[in-house]
Amino acid sequence: MVNNSVSDLIRLSATALAAKLRAGEVTSVAAVQAHLDRIAEVDGALNAFLHVNAEEALAVAAEVDAIRAAGGAEAEALHPLAGVPIAIKDLIVTKGQPTTAASKMLEGWMSPYDATVIEKIRAAKLPMLGKTNLDEFAMGSSTEHSAYGVTRNPWNLNRIPGGSGGGSAAAVASFEAPLALGTDTGGSIRQPGAVTGTVGVKPTYGGVSRYGAIAMASSLDQIGPVSRTVLDSAYLQELIGGHDPKDSTSLPKTLEGLVAAAEAGATGDLKGLRVGVVKELQGEGYQAGVQARFEESLELLKGAGAQIVEVSCPNLKYALGAYYLIMPSEVSSNLAKFDGVRFGKRVLPESGPMTIERVMGSTRAAGFGDEVKRRIILGTYALSAGYYDAYYGSAQKVRTLIQRDFAAAFEQADVLVSPTAPTVAFELGENDNDPLAMYLNDVATIPANLAGIPGITVPGGLSEDLPVGIQFLAPAFEDARVYRAGAALEALLEKSWGHTLISQAPAIDSASIAPKA
Amino acid sequence: MSAISREDLVHLAQLAHIEMSGAELDKMTGELGVIVDAIASVSEVASSDIPATSHPIPLTNVLREDVVGQTLSIDEVLLNAPDSDSDRFRVPAILDGE
Repeated sequence: MVNNSVSDLIRLSATALAAKLRAGEVTSVAAVQAHLDRIAEVDGALNAFLHVNAEEALAVAAEVDAIRAAGGAEAEALHPLAGVPIAIKDLIVTKGQPTTAASKMLEGWMSPYDATVIEKIRAAKLPMLGKTNLDEFAMGSSTEHSAYGVTRNPWNLNRIPGGSGGGSAAAVASFEAPLALGTDTGGSIRQPGAVTGTVGVKPTYGGVSRYGAIAMASSLDQIGPVSRTVLDSAYLQELIGGHDPKDSTSLPKTLEGLVAAAEAGATGDLKGLRVGVVKELQGEGYQAGVQARFEESLELLKGAGAQIVEVSCPNLKYALGAYYLIMPSEVSSNLAKFDGVRFGKRVLPESGPMTIERVMGSTRAAGFGDEVKRRIILGTYALSAGYYDAYYGSAQKVRTLIQRDFAAAFEQADVLVSPTAPTVAFELGENDNDPLAMYLNDVATIPANLAGIPGITVPGGLSEDLPVGIQFLAPAFEDARVYRAGAALEALLEKSWGHTLISQAPAIDSASIAPKA
Repeated sequence: MSAISREDLVHLAQLAHIEMSGAELDKMTGELGVIVDAIASVSEVASSDIPATSHPIPLTNVLREDVVGQTLSIDEVLLNAPDSDSDRFRVPAILDGE
């Protein structure tokens, strides 16, 4: 019986767990312990966590339980998610826990400050379970580029969990955590969500403070929620969003009505909603199974009263190229601070003169992995004299064209819809020697980052026994629309299946891991 | 557009302060060539009448009051330093040969 109740606890959505905590049916300490036990049970196989923060998480949980037990004004004032555990992508800085960005460069580094989203999580008293794995400095679509080992997909341990936020997505998909934080620069929340059968949201650029997220590409980066249900993500975005004076790109006003929109969407009524199917984000390059699940979702949306219209965004074919110029350019600048002088790794040259320049060169050679080096060099090239106009300058113009395409599309449609990723999770190691093939995974997610608009992925079914994600996009500031449409599709699909998608995930069996070839 | 030669790459690695072995340079020359070919298409549509977008949501004149805010103590700042001496970061020679 005890085992049953523990396994039930970890399978609850964050919102359902929060309701049980409020009703006094379960304690936060029991909920946190159940998740810590789950991590102990399955993370040896998954490697979703780089650091487990058991002691502090249990202490925060005990504090919430004591406040609830005492009752009164303080208990009334608790945040609705108080006591619900959460995992944090290890790109977001935290006091008292190491932050590595999954890089050797930051091994052992302890942040002297908290990110703004972490301050909000502490204030709301969500116990932090630990820090999750990612591609080094968030550069990758598979979490294979972590300096601390790959994370495995809970649906099939020989497949990638997506990236860069594969750790957060795998943790949520495997019931190690009901909630997680991610960051999305070109799809790093949404593509892992798609391939692990979970929900992830990239808010409007500036909707959530980026203060304390280790910068990859500052004009594209965005922190957002990871969860198993659309409603859970809505609650989490409302908690972490809002203006932050410490982030000069933070929006002046708070994006509101996200929970209400998710609740309205869950009724499954989409009468009057115009849903635009983006011609360029389907068909060629998309696996047949992905395309089939996408078309089934369109039928359900139509059945719920949505008006399906086809829209064209002809400049999206240049999005990947623009992204792989703008992102590395910003990377080359942002990662210049890792020089072995003020913090992080310092490696001395083995021979020759001992100058600071040579120390920087050997520090960065030893501290960065291949993908990070590739992007720094590519960015240095794109920004160098003689190439700047042709590359970086042109890419910025493409960004304008893509924004115009979206503006035109949103005159015909309230939300846009597409598959989140062109394929289901690929096999670990499959793209080791072909960086370009990995980049193509983000072809449907990158445009939202270039344009600054919000996007959500919701589970759309299975192909080859692996999850497929469906993406909705909305105009800037209209995050509520992606929650409404996402919650509606989630409800319609679950009704048609008779269960949630994640309930179909197989048991995690480390014996199924294929030996290294 | 032009491919990146091995010689270019040596120069770029110097600019980026990343020491690279001969084998690394060989491997990356090939990889970067493929990537640059794939992304060069952006110049096809970037005509001179299109304005550049550097930032997705334009915000201008983001200012704050000119007052001293919360700062880290010297101890907190030096906590993660690879090397320090009293209140300063300690580094090897800044100039060659000195």
